[in-house]
Amino acid sequence: MTESNLSLNFGPQHPAAHGVLRLIMELDGEVVKKLDPHIGLLHRGTEKLAEIKPFNHSIGYMDRMDYVSMMCCEHSYVLAIERLLNITPPKRAQYIRVMFDEITRLLNHLLWLGAHGLDIGAMALFLYCFREREDLLDCYEAVSGARMHATYYRPGGVYRDLPDEMPKYLSNRYISEKKVKQLNYNREGSLLDFIEDFTDRFPSLINEYETLLTDNRIWKQRTVDIGIVSPERAKDLGFSGPMLRGSGIEWDLRRKQPYEVYDELEFLIPVGSNGDCYDRYLVRVEEMRQSNKIIQQCIKWLRDNPGSVMIDDNKYASPKREQMKHDMESLIYHFKLFTEGYSVPKGEVYAAIEHPKGEFGVFLMSDGANKPYRMKVRAPSFAHLAAIDEMSKGHMLADVVSIIGTLDIVFGEIDR
Amino acid sequence: MDKDNQIKIINGKLSEFSLLLLSSDHDPLYQLEQSDLVKICKILKKDQELDYSILIDICAVDYLTYGHADWKTNDATKTGYSRAVEHKIIADVDEEFPDRFAIFYQLLSISKNTRLTLKTFTTKANPPSVPSVNKIWNSANWFEREAFDLMGVHFKGHPDLRRILTDYGFIGHPFRKDFPTNGNLEVIYDENKEQVVYKPVSISTRPTVPRVIRKND
Repeated sequence: MTESNLSLNFGPQHPAAHGVLRLIMELDGEVVKKLDPHIGLLHRGTEKLAEIKPFNHSIGYMDRMDYVSMMCCEHSYVLAIERLLNITPPKRAQYIRVMFDEITRLLNHLLWLGAHGLDIGAMALFLYCFREREDLLDCYEAVSGARMHATYYRPGGVYRDLPDEMPKYLSNRYISEKKVKQLNYNREGSLLDFIEDFTDRFPSLINEYETLLTDNRIWKQRTVDIGIVSPERAKDLGFSGPMLRGSGIEWDLRRKQPYEVYDELEFLIPVGSNGDCYDRYLVRVEEMRQSNKIIQQCIKWLRDNPGSVMIDDNKYASPKREQMKHDMESLIYHFKLFTEGYSVPKGEVYAAIEHPKGEFGVFLMSDGANKPYRMKVRAPSFAHLAAIDEMSKGHMLADVVSIIGTLDIVFGEIDR
Repeated sequence: MDKDNQIKIINGKLSEFSLLLLSSDHDPLYQLEQSDLVKICKILKKDQELDYSILIDICAVDYLTYGHADWKTNDATKTGYSRAVEHKIIADVDEEFPDRFAIFYQLLSISKNTRLTLKTFTTKANPPSVPSVNKIWNSANWFEREAFDLMGVHFKGHPDLRRILTDYGFIGHPFRKDFPTNGNLEVIYDENKEQVVYKPVSISTRPTVPRVIRKND
């Protein structure tokens, strides 16, 4: 370290740190020479906690991995259990999962777009993005009862079928009847009607965001040619998801290694060309349009195909309450399932899904017990944040904020 | 590329090494000697027919209590179940596993669209170690730091092997099976000293559901 270099501490409490990121920066004037991220401030030892709980108890903990794309994290964990048990959920459950995965992708990308914009100075966008997130979180709430930590996916299907009616606003002394009527206009039908109304509106809303940003001079000055990653380096650094596609590699697990029903759905994979922050922005915005299309296809299928959303095998799925009233065997299954859980055969499996941030995988190891022997979460943000030193070197201090934003990191999954 | 073909190519390319195909139910899982690890990884990455260009994940596993259950399920009718709450530290290493720590590598080939899992046991000497693959795949850097931090496995040749997830000044490796789930130290604010102090934990682990192993029919 020469005398002219300055060591600077950034975070862990900084609005642009997207959580609890602490960076030790070495600066030469305003030029970044070295970045050393200190992580782990949100380390909760989820993987260790999973070892002392039956398999199903950890589903709720997976929501808290990446707390802006909750159901996708559940999906990967549930998929790993299903592969070890060798069970397949009914098709309707698979469609519901895909639909909520894509709703989750919208949730994640909307938060990313708003927060990334806010970091770089696009204030209005944040408000627009959160307006749309509100509707999507209402979908979460309608289906699972929780706006964020849903615990909705279960090994063998999903917790329950889509509800036939949406929760509605009620009038009170602050909100008049007339206003309530306006607020409830798209809540008169079922959840599917509500989502359909959203998907009809959403493409024009994306156009609104793009009007604000895509050709905006300031936005381009802050993102074009910032944090360039070549395709070779992207692979070497373990990138996945939009970070890999932004560098021009056409790779999407939904298409290349399809899980659930993605092979029956039509969608395109957007790919960048320069591998800079601006390309990754374009990729993510286009992904939102594609997700919207996937949701529309799912709605159509789900309308036409009612049916069960959970497998019949009472070893893994709780029997119906009415069944238990007159069937001794169901009562025993219920008791065993809720006191002890199910035992998973010996083996190791790695199950990965296309999480909004990249490849989210769960490595699950069972020794035949009712609890996992070892569970390891492969978080996309972890690999992406590891590359921040290389991406920021030679850039100005202010560009570090753009780069942190473009990585789309969430500390719940980095620190686990 | 289908799985049989993939296994055939791997076996052909790596015929000079002692490889053991442990499972092909999901992604092929190979066990290999840690002394061969770097050579094998180089081939897996560089060879055009294999082209494992991305290292997805590194996972360290502690086999200390593998196959151990709190409750005996077969002869429990005579004796009844225990409370399954006493704290046990198992000193004997299971006979099936002469080595205690294993490292799992998840590899991905984008051009061939295949996945591969490698498993290798660490050296028996203390501290357990394996060679680093950081020079082959740069993404290994943080994954190896994480495995070192949480499991205490050393990666020989790693440029910057520091703790990554645990607190500054943390002692021990929390994901080892003999490390208590509730930890050893707790942090409180001491009003007399007017500073944050560490003291031994006042809570103990109490499993709500005992760990049982049942043979599935």
